[in-house]
Amino acid sequence: MRWSAPILAAPLAGCNWVVMNPSGDIAVQQRDLILISVALMLLIVIPVMAMVVWFAVRYRATNEATQQDYDPDWDHSTKLELLIWSAPLLIIIALGALTWVSTHKLDPYRPLDRIDANTAIDPKVKPLTVQVVALDWKWLFIYPDLGIATVNELALPTNVPVRFDITASTVMNSFYVPELAGQIYAMPGMKTQLHAVANKPVKGTGFSANYSGAGFTHMRFGYQSMDQAGFAAWVARVKASATALDRNVYQALAKPSEKAPVAYFGTSEANLFDAVVNLCVKPGQRCMKDLMHIDQMGGAGKESAHDTKGLQYDYPNSHVIDQEDRNKGQETAPDAPGAEKAPTPVGVSGDHSSHSGADAHAQHR
Amino acid sequence: MTTAQMIFGRLTWDSFPWHEPIVVATFVAVVLGGAAVVAALTYFKLWGYLWKEWFTSVDHKKIGIMYMVLGLIMFLRGFADAVMMRLQQAMAFNGSEGYLNAHHYDQVFTAHGVIMIFFVAMPFITGLMNYIVPLQIGARDVSFPFLNNFSFWMTTGGAVLVMMSLFLGEFAQTGWLAYPPLSGIDYSPATGVDYYIWALQVAGVGTTLSGINLIATIVKMRAPGMSLMKMPVFTWTSLCANILIVASFPILTATLVLLSLDRYAGTNFFTNDFGGNPMMYVNLIWIWGHPEVYILILPLFGVFSEVTSTFSGKRLFGYTSMVYATCTIMVLSYLVWLHHFFTMGSGASVNSFFGITTMIISIPTGAKLFNWLFTMYRGRVRFELPMMWTVSFMLTFTIGGMTGVMLAVPPADFVLHNSLFLIAHFHNVIIGGVLFGLFAAINYWWPKAFGFKLNQFWGHVSFWCWQVGFWMAFTPLYILGFMGVTRRMRVFDDPSLQIYFVIAAIGAAIVAAGIGAMLVQFAVSIWKRDELKVEGDPWDGRTLEWATSSPPPEYNFAFTPVVYDADSWADMKRNAYQRPLSGYQAIHMPSSTGTGVILAGLATVCGFALIWYMWWLAALSFVGIVGFAIFHTFNYKRDYYIPVEDVTRTEEERTRILAAGV
Repeated sequence: MRWSAPILAAPLAGCNWVVMNPSGDIAVQQRDLILISVALMLLIVIPVMAMVVWFAVRYRATNEATQQDYDPDWDHSTKLELLIWSAPLLIIIALGALTWVSTHKLDPYRPLDRIDANTAIDPKVKPLTVQVVALDWKWLFIYPDLGIATVNELALPTNVPVRFDITASTVMNSFYVPELAGQIYAMPGMKTQLHAVANKPVKGTGFSANYSGAGFTHMRFGYQSMDQAGFAAWVARVKASATALDRNVYQALAKPSEKAPVAYFGTSEANLFDAVVNLCVKPGQRCMKDLMHIDQMGGAGKESAHDTKGLQYDYPNSHVIDQEDRNKGQETAPDAPGAEKAPTPVGVSGDHSSHSGADAHAQHR
Repeated sequence: MTTAQMIFGRLTWDSFPWHEPIVVATFVAVVLGGAAVVAALTYFKLWGYLWKEWFTSVDHKKIGIMYMVLGLIMFLRGFADAVMMRLQQAMAFNGSEGYLNAHHYDQVFTAHGVIMIFFVAMPFITGLMNYIVPLQIGARDVSFPFLNNFSFWMTTGGAVLVMMSLFLGEFAQTGWLAYPPLSGIDYSPATGVDYYIWALQVAGVGTTLSGINLIATIVKMRAPGMSLMKMPVFTWTSLCANILIVASFPILTATLVLLSLDRYAGTNFFTNDFGGNPMMYVNLIWIWGHPEVYILILPLFGVFSEVTSTFSGKRLFGYTSMVYATCTIMVLSYLVWLHHFFTMGSGASVNSFFGITTMIISIPTGAKLFNWLFTMYRGRVRFELPMMWTVSFMLTFTIGGMTGVMLAVPPADFVLHNSLFLIAHFHNVIIGGVLFGLFAAINYWWPKAFGFKLNQFWGHVSFWCWQVGFWMAFTPLYILGFMGVTRRMRVFDDPSLQIYFVIAAIGAAIVAAGIGAMLVQFAVSIWKRDELKVEGDPWDGRTLEWATSSPPPEYNFAFTPVVYDADSWADMKRNAYQRPLSGYQAIHMPSSTGTGVILAGLATVCGFALIWYMWWLAALSFVGIVGFAIFHTFNYKRDYYIPVEDVTRTEEERTRILAAGV
């Protein structure tokens, strides 16, 4: 089975179909799964469709040749019944087994045990961590190991396992980079995970795949994977930014805006992501994990029912773009005070060895 | 609070969308059209006729037809939304924002989904079941005729609320399932989600009650001799669909109650803060939502069975396995809901479980397809319009089923979820299954309901436009899904995608021509109805509904038929059944009542008041509902007898027609 997928994929290689022609090992395996399951199903779908046409034509009332075959009372055949229940059953047993194995193997929570089809790695190797926050309506990426952060630009080194910790600020989104791996929801107050690896240097696009309100359509970010040297240079470029991401900057950034430009933060406050997940970035806000801990220990007594200070998180009109902000720029200005524009916005920078499809996708801004 | 706020709640002069020229133009057109209809009805003095013979009627046949009319009207609205989306997406490239802003576009795609499922597909299948089931089981009406009328008007009330949102305030901008926290009061403060909630709640009462009604009818009112395993397959699939309705719609109602408590009373079921959990809503809504798609498709599986058997001139192959397949699907449809959100972060074992249960559903579904195939085998297949729709369904639905199973493999779903591939998939099964099935059913049973066939030429035009248009509209969407294009996008950056959206828009235009041809087909057929006139049994039918005249008399059957076989009418014909020509008796029938219209009208007003925070009106109309319902219990004039002379006259008239036909 394993050998069959690349052969099936061959005719699609020339197309601009990123899902069918991705550059990350996880997405490649997901692509293979699509192709194998289609091949399995075609085993029964093609004969069925052929039979529909064949029977419909052959047994048409105007066909003289089959008039004597007419048998209006023929309505049962144990052999045929066995066949029509067991043929789909067999296919589904095969598909079900494939599903069970592949779902566990490609579980987004599972640390990678291979870089690509030929290179195994120890799953205990610490992956590069990227913390992803879906804001209204832009993406914040924090690299805690490197102490940097970006808005609307995700860069990864090739052949390094990556773990994404994903959350959102207000409503549900879905974090999806087709080049890299399948999507997973980004939800406020929740942390989801995705393990992936980039195998080739490409430029592409990532976006939210779950409708999240008025600015949703522009909620796209540039994605690029680069070799070690290129990634080091990119990190150095981000680090060169004088702007720091701290809680105040985060709160300004989190205010709704559309088409936010790429922004780099040379330093990023530790534990900011943890505060985002626990809905307690704002000063005075109580962290969910603390409250859950209190609950776990038996609660804080009856009087705590009235102590709701620092617990409210959802506020009226927190999902609309502030008119003042809108008026500041031609569209909406970046909210981060002092967030400077990236020196080389993605999609404009020099030559790169991406495959044919990536360029079109890179023109996202 | 000012006096105006006390009276009108949050309804103000600005609630009218003056600033949206598209909406204003639509509004003007609707007002002019509505005024013309009202004027015509008044001029031809039709109000009394409509009220007496239709609106207040408890006859299941008339209610069935009214459901179909409601479905058709809402279909035109829902399709207009579809055309707007296709146009927007075909235009919004190369820096163009298209012609719809986010506020408008997001309402359009939400309304399209809500209308097509709740106010098109549901009324269509409910209408179909209402009309056909009692006739197929040899009954004179449903178990609870007044409840039936009330259910219809509640569904209509919901539809009225959705339509109102077009011109008064706004509709939800949340997607058709209104996931919180986006649909919560803090993120959607305006009237949109409230319109959504109350439209579905009002209509949901109607749907649930009509489900109860039809279950009771099928269980209790079958003709003597019709054991469960001698029921026509359409009745079987209707029974299963209605069991699903009764078991799943209360979940929707409860979920929306929780959401409205969050929005109105400040509770925190689905908020981010205070321990709310939006993921709970997603689970609950899909525990209703997945059975819902089987509620839609199961009755149509019944239609395909009836049509294939009738037009092949053969008994249905594998009746028993068909029945068990239907029941299996009914049960399994409750065990798959999580496949709508594999990407929400469940563990691998949970995802695999729901993926595999989803695939298992394709086994009984596949068995059904084989059964239809072998029904054609050694038959004499007549390619009348219903059969054409059925064959095209078999081909289209197979593809849709295959793409569905692809989405059921969780890791594959991770790359295709929420993409246009998903959109193409579910339109592939809903159009290819539900709509094609409805068109088969309409062409098949129209002569039953009206006594004349539908025009073939325009039927063929409509059929081919739909086939070509459907594939042109949705093949590009499948491809775009593979290109990583997600749903609900309003503008695009990548110019290479535009050609696909343009092709899809042309496909939608061809579908529009198909819909137009269907309307022409209806008009031409009504106009030339004398030429198309038929007797009771134009297709050489096999089930009881063809045993009576077309259209049937209001009492359906002068004598309750006795059933010996699943294909009871074919069996009666074969055994040289003689229609009894004497011995008629007076027939006990339920009386018409305006209570359904009044109660549903009050419920609609109550919903409207709650949407706009007119608390006094909400309270008043609620009291009105309870009060009028109690008042109605004192109405003792609930039934009457059709005098024996009338029955005799009707039946003798039919005897004359039948004799003339021979």
